[in-house]
Amino acid sequence: MTTFRDWLIDDSPSSPMQARLGRFYRIFGALMRNPLAVVGGVIILVLVLTALFAPWLATHDPLRQSLGERLLPPSAAHWMGTDELGRDIWSRVVYGSRITLAIVTLVAVLAAPAGLVIGVAAGYFGGWVDRILMGITDVFLSLPKLILALAFVAALGPGIENAIIAIAITSWPGYARVARAETLTFKNSEFISAVRLLGASSLRVNLGHVLPLCTSSMIVRVTLDMAGIILTAAGLGFIGLGAQPPLPEWGAMISRGRSFILDQWWVATMPGFAIILVSLGFCFLGDGLRDVLDPKSGEQR
Amino acid sequence: MTALSLKNLDISYGDVQITHDVNLDIADGESFALVGESGSGKSTVLKAIAGLAPEWSGEITVLGSPRGHGIDRAFSRQCQMVFQDPYGSLHPRKTVDATLGEALTIHGIGDRNARIEEVMTSVGLDRKFRFRFPHQLSGGQRQRVAIARALMLKPKVLLLDEPTSALDVSVQAEILNLLKRLRREQNLTFLMVTHNLAVVSFLCDRLAVMRQGRIVEVADVADLKRGDLKEAYSRELMQISAAHAN
Amino acid sequence: MTNLLEVENLRVTFPTPRGDLDVVRGISFTLGRERLGIVGESGSGKSMTGRSILQLIRAPGRVTADKLVFDGIDLLKQSERQMRAIRGARISMVMQDPKFSLNPVMTIGEQIAEALLTHQKLPRREVNARMLAMLESVRIADPERVAKLYPHEVSGGMGQRVMIAMMLIPEPDLLIADEPTSALDVSVQAQVLDIIDELVKRKGMGLIFISHDLNLVSSYCDRILVMNTGEVVEECKAGELMAAKHPYTRGLIASIPRLDETRDELPVLDRSAWAKS
Repeated sequence: MTTFRDWLIDDSPSSPMQARLGRFYRIFGALMRNPLAVVGGVIILVLVLTALFAPWLATHDPLRQSLGERLLPPSAAHWMGTDELGRDIWSRVVYGSRITLAIVTLVAVLAAPAGLVIGVAAGYFGGWVDRILMGITDVFLSLPKLILALAFVAALGPGIENAIIAIAITSWPGYARVARAETLTFKNSEFISAVRLLGASSLRVNLGHVLPLCTSSMIVRVTLDMAGIILTAAGLGFIGLGAQPPLPEWGAMISRGRSFILDQWWVATMPGFAIILVSLGFCFLGDGLRDVLDPKSGEQR
Repeated sequence: MTALSLKNLDISYGDVQITHDVNLDIADGESFALVGESGSGKSTVLKAIAGLAPEWSGEITVLGSPRGHGIDRAFSRQCQMVFQDPYGSLHPRKTVDATLGEALTIHGIGDRNARIEEVMTSVGLDRKFRFRFPHQLSGGQRQRVAIARALMLKPKVLLLDEPTSALDVSVQAEILNLLKRLRREQNLTFLMVTHNLAVVSFLCDRLAVMRQGRIVEVADVADLKRGDLKEAYSRELMQISAAHAN
Repeated sequence: MTNLLEVENLRVTFPTPRGDLDVVRGISFTLGRERLGIVGESGSGKSMTGRSILQLIRAPGRVTADKLVFDGIDLLKQSERQMRAIRGARISMVMQDPKFSLNPVMTIGEQIAEALLTHQKLPRREVNARMLAMLESVRIADPERVAKLYPHEVSGGMGQRVMIAMMLIPEPDLLIADEPTSALDVSVQAQVLDIIDELVKRKGMGLIFISHDLNLVSSYCDRILVMNTGEVVEECKAGELMAAKHPYTRGLIASIPRLDETRDELPVLDRSAWAKS
C-alpha cells in the first residue's frame, strides 16, 4: 500500500492519469484532516449504505399495516415504535433514506449542470446574452423557493417525481449565479487570453477552461444546498404535495405524526432526527469541501 | 522584409484613448523593445496586435497581412504572446502536458508526444515536469512553460509582455538567456514590452520609448549603451535606470 | 553606541506534510541607528525575518532565538498585549503594495489618524493637525484634499507615501520596510526612497530595508546582509558590495544585466551548490 501511495504523491507524475489521481488523493487527504468533514462524510456514507442495504437493515415491511399494534412506544421489537397504522417506524425511516437520497441526487443532477451552463454562458459572453439569462434567473430567484416549488407541484400534480422536478426548477438559479460570478472572475485571466490566442473557439474555452474552474465552488454549493433540498422536500411532503402515502418519505411521516406529537412523540420525532442528522452531515461535508477546494486559499487544488 | 508594421495606431478602452498615432516598423528577425512606465500604453499596443484590445483605428500589418480587430486562428500560427505573470498565465487545473497539447489539438496537429517533448527540451524543461500542475512548478519553470506554449505553433513573431519582471533576479538571467538562444535558433522576431532598460540592452536591437500613449523616440540599442538618447524623457528614464544600477 | 536591535540565532520554523521546514536558519545580526539592507530572492527568508521581529508570525509557524532584544526589551518574552504597545509606537513596518495594505473602506485621513490614536490619546484637533503635517512631510501637496480620499482613488506612489505617513506618525524608533518600492514605477521609486531616507535621518531612526533588488539596496543602505535559503551568506558595507566574497552574492551581481551590456550570455547561478530543500 505504501508504494501505491508513493506513486500517488510522486512529484513528477509520468501520465495524465497519475497526475489526476495524485491531485484527488491530496484533496482527499486534506479533507480527512478536518474532523467535522469526516463526521459529515461518515453520515452521508451511512445514508448511502442504509439506502443500499435497506432490505437487510429494516426489521419489518415498511408498508405492512398492523392495526392491533398502533402507536407503540420504542421497544426491543420495534426500535422506533409504530405509527398510527401499526407500521414499524424504524423500517420506514430506513426505506425513507432511499427516497431522500433519490431526491437529493436527482435534484443535483438536474439543476446543477443546467445552472452551470447558463451561468458560464452569461458570464463569458456578457452583453445582452448576459442580461437575458440573468433576467430569467432573477425572476426565479425573486420568489421564495418553497412557494415556487409549491406552485409547480400544484400545477403538475402531487407526487414525488413532480416534487423533484419542482425543487430542481427552483434550485438552478442559485447555481447559475455562482457559476456566473466565478466565470467573471476568470474571464480576463491571462491563461484564458493565452488559450484564446492559440485560436480556441468560445466553446472550447468555456467547456475546457472556464467550466472546470467553476466546478469547485459548484460542488461546495450543491453539497451545502442538499440540506435545504431535503428540508424543502420534507416541507412539500409535510403539506401533502410531495411523496404520497404510503411512501415512507420522512417529511410526510412527520406530518402524519403531528396529531399525536404530545403523547406519542416518536412518530414525528424519529423521522425528524433523521432529517436533522442528514442535513447536518451535508453541511459539515460541504463546509469541509469548501475549506479544501476554495480557490482563494491558494490555487493549490 | 517588414515583420510588423503599425501605422497611425489609436487604441481606446471605452471612452479613454490609450495610444495616439503610434507608428512603428519592425524588420524580420529583429528584436524590438517598447519601453515606458506604467500607463504609457506599451502593453496595450501588444494586446491590439494580438487581438485582445479590439477598439483601435489605424493599420496593423503582420508578416505582410493586415490584421483584423479580433483574434484570428490563422494569425495564431504566425504570432504568439508570452505574458508577464507566470502565476497567472497557466491554467491552474491543467498539467504542463495538457497546456502545451492544447495548441496542437486546436489546430489538428498530430504527433503530439514528439512535438511536446521537442518543445520542452528546447526551453530547457526536463521531462519529469510534463505532468505537473502549475502550483508544483517554480516561477521560472512556469515562465518556461509559457514560452513553450507560445512556441508550439511555430510562430515567426513573438510578443513578449514584460516576460521577466515578475521573476527573481537569478531566474531572470536564465530566461533572458533562453529567449536569446531561441531567437537565434528559430530566427524569431521579438516585440518586447519592458520598463527595464538593462534587459533591453541585453536582448534587443532597437527600442522605442513611449510616454502617455505616444512614441517619444526610436533608437538603436547601441545608442542606449553609449548613453546617447536624444529626447529629454528618454534621457531621464536612462538616468534613473543607471542610478538604480549603480 | 548601544544597539537598537540585537538578534542572535533567529530561527523560524513551519511544519509541513514532509516534516519541519526552517525558513530562517539561525541568523544573527545587530542594528544601530543606521540603515541595514536585507537582500535575497524569494524563499530566502528575508520577509520572515522582518515579521519575526514584530512577532507577526502566527501558529503554526514558530519563532525561536537565543536573543531577540530591541532597545533592552526582550521581544520573545512579550505578551501579545505588550507587543501591540510596541508595534507602531516603537517598531513600524511598511509593506509592499498599498493596494493590499491600506484599508479600502476608510479614508486616508481616518487611517492615519487611527494609527496615531492607537497609541496616544489626543484631542481631535491635534490629531488632525498632526495628520496633515505628516501628509505634508511625505510630500503630498494639498493634504486636506487627499485626507478625504479613499485608497483606491490615489496612485500607487501616493498610496505608498500614505502608508509611510501612517507608519511613521507615532514616531517609532525602528522602521522595517518590506519591499516598499517593488510595486512602484522606477521614477516614483526614487521619490519614495528619498522620503523614507529623509524621515529616517531626521528622526534618527533605525531602518531595516528588505528587498530583492541588490542594486537598490546597495545604493541606499549603510550595511547589507545577503540571505539565501534562510541563512546570511554575506555581510558587508554597502560600498564594498562589489568586493563581495560569497559565490552566491558574486553570482547574483554577475547575473544582473547592465545598461551597457556587452555579454552574449548572462552568467547563471549554479543552484546545486547551495540547494538544501
